[in-house]
Amino acid sequence: MSYLAGFGAALPERVVTNEELAGQIGKTAEWIRNMSGIEERRWAGPETSVADLAVAAGQDCLRRAAAPTSEIRLLLVASGSGERRFPGPASEVAARMGLGETPALDVPIASAGSLFAMVLANDLAPKWGPALVIGAEIMSRVVASGPVEPGVAMLFGDGAGACLVHPEHGKAKLIGSKLASDGTFCGDLKLEADAGLTMNGRTVILQAARKIPRVIRQVLATAGVRAGDVEVYLMHQANQNLMDRVADALNVDRGRFFSNIVRYGNTSAASMLIAAAQWELAEGFRPGGMVCLAGFGAGFHWGAALAEGV
Amino acid sequence: MDKRAKILEIIESVSKKKIRPGPDESLFDSGMLDSFALPDMVTGLEEAFGIRIPDADLNPRKFDSVQRIEQYLESRL
Repeated sequence: MSYLAGFGAALPERVVTNEELAGQIGKTAEWIRNMSGIEERRWAGPETSVADLAVAAGQDCLRRAAAPTSEIRLLLVASGSGERRFPGPASEVAARMGLGETPALDVPIASAGSLFAMVLANDLAPKWGPALVIGAEIMSRVVASGPVEPGVAMLFGDGAGACLVHPEHGKAKLIGSKLASDGTFCGDLKLEADAGLTMNGRTVILQAARKIPRVIRQVLATAGVRAGDVEVYLMHQANQNLMDRVADALNVDRGRFFSNIVRYGNTSAASMLIAAAQWELAEGFRPGGMVCLAGFGAGFHWGAALAEGV
Repeated sequence: MDKRAKILEIIESVSKKKIRPGPDESLFDSGMLDSFALPDMVTGLEEAFGIRIPDADLNPRKFDSVQRIEQYLESRL
């Protein structure tokens, strides 16, 4: 078991409101708000890369955790929107952060990628040393690259989040986790090499609404923690309506699910860590306080983790 | 209550509207239900018919109309 030593985030400056987007996708601003809970999102400029956002989030995380770059022994970068088929952004991020020859691993899993990377880091850190986990996405470019349904185009924003997983100390101890994958519906949310992003929203929502509460319950049951005893749920910011349904399924107040989707939209693999970074600034861990992290996305890949404040 | 009446009751309950879909009318393309009503409808079917629908069967096409729901339930009951 390792520790969460801190979080960080980076967001592009440009704000794209529903009013601006509505005309482009042939819908109204109100429709976007009702279908997703989103009012605005951030879009990166053409000169910004996924690695740019990842580096900024990684540096913010290390600064906030008061951890020197020289301490990092492993880098994991989750992204589904890297500019290249290979190499992924991880090695570039490592080089630009001054990590020398530190192993840098790409986790090309959209949406749930940062959760997967964080849970892997939890297991790897005791052997390798402190691990920096980053989720970074420029989804606006993915949406712009091909024809995309209005209900999909409205969702996405750009940004990056990061967390430091330390084997010896931190603000919270990771006390449980479960990851899962099922490719039965892998064609229902996909970005193919030469085609645009496609999503069968009904399948995604139906599967997510069942799998997320179930995996959270499994993690909590293993740790002997009740859903109502968790202080905050930091979930992939997919869609406000989905987060509300997950809260309802767990029979916990919807307010327990930290949400920033109204301002940033769905930033795919970055969203859970951006949410964590903002929640940490606003509230943060307290000794004994339980925090549950969860994600779900293309694949499908999904999972949950439980952290206890120290 | 017969099977169809039960199904219609569940659909009306999750839609929160007075609706009466035709047997082969798409519940979703017609706008009677939105995507987020689908998980609630599936849960309602499980409770009403005492079955557990496995994730592998959670294909929206199986639940797109009253007729398709009936066909699915017949395969399970």
